[in-house]
Amino acid sequence: MLKSKKSNLSAAVAEVDVKGQSQGQLIRKKFFRHKGAVFGLVYFMLLVVFVFSSAGLHLKTPIGNANLPGWWPIPVDQMDEVKVDLSPDGILTIGAPTLDLNPFDGNGMAIGTHPAGQDNIGHDYFSLVINGAQTSLMVMFIIGIVSGLLGTIIGSISGYFGGKVDQVLMRFTDLIITIPTVIIGALIGAKFGNLGVVILALFLGMFSWTGLARLVRGEFLSLREREFVDAARVSGAKNGRIIFKHILPNAVGVIIVSVSLILSGAILLETSLSYVGFGVQAPEVSLGTLISTYQDSFQASPWLFWWPGFFMVTIALSVNFIGDGLRDAFDPRQGNVKKFRSLKNKKTNKKAEQTA
Amino acid sequence: MLSYIGRRIAITFFILFGSSFLVYNAQALSGDPLADLSQSTAPNKAYLIHKLTMQLQLDVPPPARYFLWLKGILGIFIGKPNFGLSRLGSPVLDKIAVAIPITLRLVVAATLIAILLGIAIGIISALRQYSRLDYSITVVTFLCFSLPVFWIAVLLKQYLAIGFNDFLVNPVIPEVTMTILALLFAIALSSFITSNRKSFWISAAIVFAFMELALHLVSYFELLRHPQLGIIGTVVLTALFGLGLITMAFGTRNRRAFYFLGTLIFLVALSYFPLSGITGEDWNFLKLGGALLGFAVLGGLIGWFWSKEDKSTYARTGAITLFIAGLVFTLSNLVNVWNKYFEIDGVNGRPVPTIGSSNVLLDTKNFWIILLDIIMHLILPTLGIMLISFAGYVRYARSSFLEIMNLDYIRTARAKGLPERVVVTRHALRNAMIPLTTLIAFDLSGLIGGAFITESIYGWRGMGTLFLSAVSGQDLNLLMGVFFLTSFLALMGNLAADLLYGVLDPRISTGRK
Repeated sequence: MLKSKKSNLSAAVAEVDVKGQSQGQLIRKKFFRHKGAVFGLVYFMLLVVFVFSSAGLHLKTPIGNANLPGWWPIPVDQMDEVKVDLSPDGILTIGAPTLDLNPFDGNGMAIGTHPAGQDNIGHDYFSLVINGAQTSLMVMFIIGIVSGLLGTIIGSISGYFGGKVDQVLMRFTDLIITIPTVIIGALIGAKFGNLGVVILALFLGMFSWTGLARLVRGEFLSLREREFVDAARVSGAKNGRIIFKHILPNAVGVIIVSVSLILSGAILLETSLSYVGFGVQAPEVSLGTLISTYQDSFQASPWLFWWPGFFMVTIALSVNFIGDGLRDAFDPRQGNVKKFRSLKNKKTNKKAEQTA
Repeated sequence: MLSYIGRRIAITFFILFGSSFLVYNAQALSGDPLADLSQSTAPNKAYLIHKLTMQLQLDVPPPARYFLWLKGILGIFIGKPNFGLSRLGSPVLDKIAVAIPITLRLVVAATLIAILLGIAIGIISALRQYSRLDYSITVVTFLCFSLPVFWIAVLLKQYLAIGFNDFLVNPVIPEVTMTILALLFAIALSSFITSNRKSFWISAAIVFAFMELALHLVSYFELLRHPQLGIIGTVVLTALFGLGLITMAFGTRNRRAFYFLGTLIFLVALSYFPLSGITGEDWNFLKLGGALLGFAVLGGLIGWFWSKEDKSTYARTGAITLFIAGLVFTLSNLVNVWNKYFEIDGVNGRPVPTIGSSNVLLDTKNFWIILLDIIMHLILPTLGIMLISFAGYVRYARSSFLEIMNLDYIRTARAKGLPERVVVTRHALRNAMIPLTTLIAFDLSGLIGGAFITESIYGWRGMGTLFLSAVSGQDLNLLMGVFFLTSFLALMGNLAADLLYGVLDPRISTGRK
């Protein structure tokens, strides 16, 4: 019974191999085989939808402000009466969360008016956290896009042309690496006033492309020696066409994987900068500013610390898992190892059968 | 080769020039150092402003002022570097000289532990690729990657420091906690030891029983409040480490190696009583370092005389084992002063501090108490930094090892009948260490400027705090001093890493192009 199932399976595998798959199909298949990555992807997408639909969209840019209400009714700056609980043994709790996920305590499950609690002057903490998460996600995306574009362009030009161009661009990259991000945060925060997170993220993105540029350059250095590039050149393609149409699609794996790493680094970068006071500035909230504002009240009201922490860690974690899945999917060597391992297992199984 | 190094150094100076110019002007633009003075109501306001202007040469516009600053820096070449004055009037170089040792104390220990632990776990993970252990390690490292250091710091403060200090008031471990701890420990340790399911459960059961017993003893005798190592603890600890080292180097079949280990342990037991009673009145770090080095040399010599072949392996194993024995002796001396430390001013029964790099109220000549104080202050920040940087080493060691283990010469080594232990430690490990060495060289060079968040959370007055306070306090010369030094070291470390790579891996040539 088991054997026939196995042979069916191998027949199916053989058939698929015969049918032939495009590069994209292979990669997609490999990616969806990686459980952690799929879980991360689903979680991340749900989280983005949740955060952006509940908080609406509140953006402050130098051009104009965008304001779209979400389904969560309480705005960030609304102050309600603070809920005060006095436990039987005399411990005073201020603004405890009303979220109750335990169905067995007699009250049933409930969300309540302030599911994530309140701070001690009555702000709704759920509203603060979703708005903070939104800011942090936005900064993350903008940093990812800006540094992805810059890194790809600079790396590909540097690797494709080589020689003097390469020297100049790579030394420029070295220069950018040495500049600390704290200085950039301080400069933007102090000199240009509070222009909002978009500008901050744009600037941070302009300083986080260096690793990607180096990787893309390396990829281009090896790809430009390949025959298909010669063929394209012989048939009269211009440099721009060769770079974007011929080489770049082959380097897309490196780019996607390293952008996913930039993304997970970006959320930590933003929260850390905001934590030391050089990131997101006062009226706006981010996960980093929330933690830095409320860290001292950890003992009295730990939820002020746990909620933003939960969002921050799970965002970074899911992005990391997605990145790992992408790396496995784009790595041509990865498949062979697994095949080899299953082969080895099969052999040992056979041996066991023979001895048995 | 020389021309390559020369060219790289020249380029480094150009980069430093460019980035320092940018940072100087960016920071000069980002605020006015006279802002808080011009708003003050002091009667001698004009004088103060004039004084600060003269002191910091604020009458010169920033791009030109940069070159004045640069002129001072270039004094390095004639042996008289001038990093300028900080806002408070003291030379920048003095402030940096105070801060560097504090930062080094913080980051060196954390990084070394992270490197050792990270590489070890990474290799184990690679050797058991696609096993449950490998997946669990992957999940844990990703979790560590995703934790911001300030978040970890708050948690450690709350649960490790405050929680442990509260616990010490009445050091009785609840039964449930004991069981959970023992269970976790048993599962973790056994999954590292074996991949076979049956032996996993056997070893888990043994470890669990042992841990339950040990925890009951600890709880009953209040060993966390009144710790004791004693001769038994010293010998057992040393023997455990020695056993691990010997099995790694010689396998379990080599009798001579075990006799050798026996000799070492006998020696440790003999020297316990003279060595554990050192009062520490006239001790210092130099003496301790010398003693540890002496131990290592002694171990090496004993190994050399015990061996017939494999002399260097014996010597190396002996040296490491006795070095560890020296550390265990240090630990036992520290444990001896624990009760005294517990009662001391500024500790007052709360031995895990959450802030500062040392106890300012400490007034003792006893070296062990000073050392214990330093170590206790190191625990929280070290753990925080370690948890985060160790994940990177695990991932890197794992991928580097996986790549090596698929190479042809590993198959050759297996084919000629070498045991797996030798294949791993002698053939694979050495080559897997090549890319890791360069990573480490690169990381170590970045350490001095590194941990500004950790420093500011735990109130360490090191380079990171200096840098942050300089940025927010508009202290341009101080900022530039810290920046110049850290980026210079980082660039030099970068260069060293590249050169090291070329030396270690002959396939890579840096000189010729």
